[in-house]
Amino acid sequence: MGKRSKVIEKDAVVIRFSGDSGDGMQLTGTLFSNTSALFGHDISTFPDYPAEIRAPQGTVGGVSGFQVHIGHKLINTPGDFTDILVAMNPAAIRANARWLRKGSTIIYDSDNFTEKSIQRAGYKADPFAEDKLDSMNLIAAPISTLVKEALKDMEIDPKTVLRTKNMFALGMVYWLFDSKLKYTEDFIEEKFGKKPLVAEANSKVLRAGYYYGETIEALTPSYRVDPAPIRKGTYRNINGNQATAWGVLAAAEKAGLKLFIGSYPITPATGVLEELALRKDMGVKSLQAEDEIAGICTSIGASFAGRMAVTSTSGPGLALKSEALNLAVMTELPLVVIDVQRGGPSTGLPTKTEQSDLWQALYGRNGESPVPVIAAGTPSDCFWFGFEAAKIAVEHMTPVILLTDSYLANGSEPWRIPSTKDLPPITVPYAVKTDKEFLAYERDPVTLARKWAIPGTPGLEHRVGGLEKTVKGSVSYTPENHEYMVKIRDEKVERIVKEVPDLKVLGKKTGDLLVIGWGSSYGHITTAVTELQQEGYAVSAAVFNYIRPLPKNTAKVFAGFDKLVVCELNTGQFANYLRMKHQKYTYNQYNKIQGLPFTVKEIKDYCVKLLKGKKNG
Amino acid sequence: MAETNINHYAAKDFKSDQEVRWCPGCGDHGILASLQKTLAELDIPKEKYVFVSGIGCSSRLPYYMNTYGFHGIHGRAAAIATGIKIANPDLMVWEMTGDGDALAIGGNHYIHAIRRNIDIKIILFNNEIYGLTKGQYSPTSKKGLTTKTSPYGTIEEPFKIGELTIGANGRFFARTVDYNLQLSNEVYKEAAKFHGTAVVEVIQNCVIFNDGTHDAFTSKENRDDNTITLRHGEKMIFGKNRDKGIILKDLKLRVVKIGENGITEKDILTHDAHEPNPGIHYRLAGMSLPEYPVALGVIRAISAQTYDAAMMEQHERVQARSKIRTVDELLRSGSTWEVK
Repeated sequence: MGKRSKVIEKDAVVIRFSGDSGDGMQLTGTLFSNTSALFGHDISTFPDYPAEIRAPQGTVGGVSGFQVHIGHKLINTPGDFTDILVAMNPAAIRANARWLRKGSTIIYDSDNFTEKSIQRAGYKADPFAEDKLDSMNLIAAPISTLVKEALKDMEIDPKTVLRTKNMFALGMVYWLFDSKLKYTEDFIEEKFGKKPLVAEANSKVLRAGYYYGETIEALTPSYRVDPAPIRKGTYRNINGNQATAWGVLAAAEKAGLKLFIGSYPITPATGVLEELALRKDMGVKSLQAEDEIAGICTSIGASFAGRMAVTSTSGPGLALKSEALNLAVMTELPLVVIDVQRGGPSTGLPTKTEQSDLWQALYGRNGESPVPVIAAGTPSDCFWFGFEAAKIAVEHMTPVILLTDSYLANGSEPWRIPSTKDLPPITVPYAVKTDKEFLAYERDPVTLARKWAIPGTPGLEHRVGGLEKTVKGSVSYTPENHEYMVKIRDEKVERIVKEVPDLKVLGKKTGDLLVIGWGSSYGHITTAVTELQQEGYAVSAAVFNYIRPLPKNTAKVFAGFDKLVVCELNTGQFANYLRMKHQKYTYNQYNKIQGLPFTVKEIKDYCVKLLKGKKNG
Repeated sequence: MAETNINHYAAKDFKSDQEVRWCPGCGDHGILASLQKTLAELDIPKEKYVFVSGIGCSSRLPYYMNTYGFHGIHGRAAAIATGIKIANPDLMVWEMTGDGDALAIGGNHYIHAIRRNIDIKIILFNNEIYGLTKGQYSPTSKKGLTTKTSPYGTIEEPFKIGELTIGANGRFFARTVDYNLQLSNEVYKEAAKFHGTAVVEVIQNCVIFNDGTHDAFTSKENRDDNTITLRHGEKMIFGKNRDKGIILKDLKLRVVKIGENGITEKDILTHDAHEPNPGIHYRLAGMSLPEYPVALGVIRAISAQTYDAAMMEQHERVQARSKIRTVDELLRSGSTWEVK
């Protein structure tokens, strides 16, 4: 490849691909991410797209973006601000202008900057002047024209020609990073294998974009990001939904159980069902149910019949499942309920992220309804917590809610592939036939879990159901029995605490401020706190994965700090939960309810304000 | 019907130790007794049965059956039963439900279970009323019925269960009457042997809140003239004197008298429960007074692949193609890279 006049070496770069929802930006971003990961960068991605499949063209509401943060250092967030923006139209500029770092590079399809499309995006005449982006490194590329030119000798329809525009943009970005095209070319070949003309067109345009970058080289600097110092091993890219699905699958295998998933499609959780529906080769039985309620009810039936049962959903679906979830509480059957949270209430923001189902998970059911709640922190973390949710469910004979969210579900990161032999064992509390009468609600003295008697086993015939029962499994409305059963179901869930690992503190165990979070804020909180520590602040972080029960050492950790702040993407659900569970502490809150993850900057700014700028010593 | 019954069960082997709590005189007692008799006569080990139910009087039945049992929540029995059957197709799954449970709150699960043809036996107790909540109208209550929630009479058209079932692509539909133990036993056995969703509507009397609602065709004086028991391969003849029959004329079922207007037995329709075209079964299932007798017996029974069998078959197909069997293999499938 040609000599490069100006190369910027960086530890980390944030690239955002942005265009109409039909422009193929999600694919473009994914291909770039995978190429970077293969090269050895650490990465973190953040797809951000509208709920409509094809939102009105050229409008800001219809902009679909895919942000990827690649680094020579370890990357924990998709990045606050963009270094390189690929904008397929003026609306993409408007949607992203405030997220551009000073001195960013903007590559844009100048063919799409017509008067009409500029006005459609809400500008008068000049997007760059109006959004004060003149000083950015602007690269105008007439992509539509260049694509038509590159493919003029091929016999393909004009629509297909224009659909390759994203590959041209991708080729240009690859040139900027001196990346290899092989991964993308292999992908194109596999995807369009049956349509060789389309495959050829895409490859051709990809290369055309790359060479165009070379041709206009004089105009622009290129980047070099060295590989990250990553631990040895075999890696793959994984997103949260895939990791969740594989985590429960790993637990089923470890427990010697076959998996069943009954689910109903709902954004952003559908990927879990889709992933498990593929796994018929591993004996996974999946059912796309007629509704959310049937999703959980078929899973409860499958659990009763002896399968590792899972149902996946998002907030509105969890609401529909709540009555049946209580049936699982009452029948004390193992069940994993995966709630991939999104912006609410009601239909809310289906494709955006939020942590606002916490109270629903903890309390959104009738009666006294104890359910363990755990939350994953990163996309690949979803594997461990999917496994953990299933392990708790089976060993403690209880439904478990696993909270992830849109940010984790769609975000991806490189993942060092574990070996299942390193996963902890799962002991299934099967009932066995003895000389004594089988009592359906007789409990293990340690865990208080009842035994799992699988239909088909001779001599263990029994009945379960939603009505209050005695130890024997007979229906009972006796006042004392009800109180006893309510308390023992609660105690059963509380006893899980024995297996909950201690809350980890990032940084010193004492200090001026502890930044508390839960679940998916992990990356932003830990990055912000690490930076604050480097800047000399006495700040530590503790991000919870176990919500109910809370880790044993929670109060001990809190006691080490002058101030506590709880950061979460809701109005303060976890902060209020902590106020109830650990009343002697004062909790500051930092909340964001914009359908977006935190930025590192806003967490840092809030902490500095809370500390009134006070540094160590 | 010769039964081998290698397990030598008697009806009492299926009685649980729970005290039966239905009202004295309730039709449910008869349903329980004939089901227990049916199970004793089937050649299936007791531990293979699972009785699943929703909510309502009908749904208490699993407690009284000494088998595996699951008393679910209102309307969801079909979904729970579906999960059980898919999880373990070796089990024989019976769903106990009522007109409110299956057709109001559970209507969605009901039609989708039937559409999928999952191999479960649905016994639908139809008393045209909500009993456990003490007397409100149901989706099968006759139009105009006065109840606590329809003090001036209902203004809703009721569902006809047979039409709804066949409309949802039901492959098996039968009807029996709670007190008719012999017919019930016969129909339950047919349902048990059928592969697929088998719906049996049981005409059931609620002595407290809707007593006598079915009398027009179930009472001793009316039943011979106002019902017809259909059996595959037999002529559709009924009546106290066995002199009435059903013919198809001008695309319509008609009741005729043998010996009148030149009608002979030869003109009477022969019941073909195995005819795949649902047209005639739909009409037979929909027959009601005063124009027609109410059809009892197995009205429709056509064989088709069950959902659970199709799933097993698909699994085998995929397994023949894919090499992935373990999680370790799965995690390393697709594109991976080494960091050295």
